[in-house]
Amino acid sequence: MSATSTPTGTRATRVLGFATLALTVWLIVFGLFVSAEDVVQGSTVRIMYVHVPSIWVAYVAFALTAVVSAVYLSGKNRSLAWDRVAGASAEIGVLFVAISLITGSLWGRLTWGTYWVWDARLTSTAFLFITYIGYLAVRGLGGTFRQRARRSAVLALLAVLEIPLVHFSVVIWRSLHQESTVANSGTDVELDGLMLFTLFLGIVTFTMLFVWMVLHRQRGLALQDAVDSHGLDVAIEQRRQEAEVR
Amino acid sequence: MSAAPTSMKRLVNLARIVMLKDLRAEVNSRVLVNQVAPFSVVIMILFAFALDNDGILQRVAPGLVWLATMFSMLVVVQRSFAVETADGALDALRVAGVDTRALFLGKSLALGVQLCALDVILVTTAFFLYNVQLEPSGLLVVFVTVVLACCGLGFIGTLYGGLAAGARGRETLLPLLLLPVVAPVLIGATRATEAGFKSGGAEVSEGWPWSGLLLVFAVIFGVVGSVAFGPLIDE
Amino acid sequence: MEHASFIIGSYVVTFGSIALYVMWFLRRSRSTAQFTDEKDKPWI
Repeated sequence: MSATSTPTGTRATRVLGFATLALTVWLIVFGLFVSAEDVVQGSTVRIMYVHVPSIWVAYVAFALTAVVSAVYLSGKNRSLAWDRVAGASAEIGVLFVAISLITGSLWGRLTWGTYWVWDARLTSTAFLFITYIGYLAVRGLGGTFRQRARRSAVLALLAVLEIPLVHFSVVIWRSLHQESTVANSGTDVELDGLMLFTLFLGIVTFTMLFVWMVLHRQRGLALQDAVDSHGLDVAIEQRRQEAEVR
Repeated sequence: MSAAPTSMKRLVNLARIVMLKDLRAEVNSRVLVNQVAPFSVVIMILFAFALDNDGILQRVAPGLVWLATMFSMLVVVQRSFAVETADGALDALRVAGVDTRALFLGKSLALGVQLCALDVILVTTAFFLYNVQLEPSGLLVVFVTVVLACCGLGFIGTLYGGLAAGARGRETLLPLLLLPVVAPVLIGATRATEAGFKSGGAEVSEGWPWSGLLLVFAVIFGVVGSVAFGPLIDE
Repeated sequence: MEHASFIIGSYVVTFGSIALYVMWFLRRSRSTAQFTDEKDKPWI
C-alpha cells in the first residue's frame, strides 16, 4: 500500500504497520497453537490472549483521551490536533471495549456457563462502554470546532472522575451479595512461561496496533475537519483549474 | 463574564434567585404536579402489572421507587432547560455576566426540590400499592435518603441537562449521558431505602452508611458540576 | 482444541472487527482527501 493510496499514511506508519502485522501473525500462531493448554481452564485460556490486550488498549485509549483533553483545556497551545487525538482515541477505545466485552462473554460462557455475570468488573466495563458512546455522541453534536473541542474535553475529564465512582459503587454493590467469589475463581490463573510470553506479546502487539490506528484516524479526522471548513472552496478551485487547462 | 470574582455571599444570593425563578416557573405551570407526578405513579402501577407478584413487589419496592424517579427525572430535567432555551433566557443570563456557578447551583437546587416532592409521592404510592412496612426509624432513613439523593440527582441532571439542552435532536442524548452517571446514586439510594423499608430482612440501621455515601456523591457532583457547567454550556 | 468454535470465534471477532474498522476509516480518509490539498496534510 503506497503512501499515495492512503492519504493518512507516511513512511513511519508503513513501517509500524508492517511490524504490527508481523507481530499479529506471530500472536495468532502462538495464541491458537503453540502455547500450551492451561491445567485448569484447558484451551479457554487462549481467549485471554486477545481479551486482556483488548481491555488494556481500551484503558490506554481512554487515558490518552483524558490526558489530551486536559492538555487542550489547560494549555496556551489550543491546537485542535489535541481534540482530534482525543476523538480518535476514544473511538478506538470504544471498539476495544466492545471487543473485550464480547470475548469476555464468550470466555465466561465456557468457564462459568453463562454469557454474563453481574460481577463488579464486568458491570463497570459495561458502564465504561456506555459512557464513551455518550462521549462520541456529544462529539457529533455539531457547532464550531472549538465548541466541540471544549465540550468534549470537559466531558472526557468528567468521565475520568465518574468511572472510578461508578466502579466503586458497583464493587460495594456486589460485595453485599458474596457472589464475586464465583466469578473470581476462574480469572486468576497460573500462567507458565510461554503463556506469559504470549500474553505479553499480545499486549505489545495491540499497543502498536493502537498507535498505528490513532495516527491514521487522527489524520483522517484532520482531513474531515479541513473538508468541513473549506472543502467546497478546494473543490471549486480544482474545477476552475481543470477548466483553465482545457 | 464578570470582571471581579463573585464573592461567596453574592454567589449564594444569585443561586437563591435562580432557584426561586425556576420553582416559581414550576408553580405557575404546574407541570410537575399535573403531568410528571401522574406519569411516575403510572410507572409504579405498570411495574405491578409487569411483576405480577405481591411478594416480589414488596421485596423490590425500593428499586422500583428509584427507577420511577430516574425515568421521571429525564422529563423534569428536559423541562428545566426547555424553559430557558425557549426564549433564550439561559443565553441572556450568561451574557449578562451571571456567574455560571450560581446558575448551576440555583438550577440544581430547584431540580432537587422538585425531585424530592416527586419522591414523597412515590414513597407514599409504594406504601399503599406495594404493601411496604414503614416504621418511624425507617421513615427517617428514607427521608434523609430522599433529600441527599435528590441533591445529587439535581447536580447531575443540571450538569448533563445543560449539555443536552437547546438544539434540535439533543433531547434524546440526555438519557444516554445521564443514566450511567446516576448509577452510583441509584445503587446507594436503593440500598438505603431497602433498609428503610426493611425489605428482604434488611435492618433499618444498615441504611445510614448508604446515606453517608449519598452525601459524599452529592458533594462531589456539586463541586465538580459548578466548575464544569460553565464550559459545557458555552455556545 | 476443545471449544474451538468459541476460541476461533473470539479471534475472528477481535481481528475481524479491527480490520473492518480500519478499512472503514481508511476508505473515509481516501474520499475526503479528494477535497483537500497538500497544506491540509502537515504530516507528509
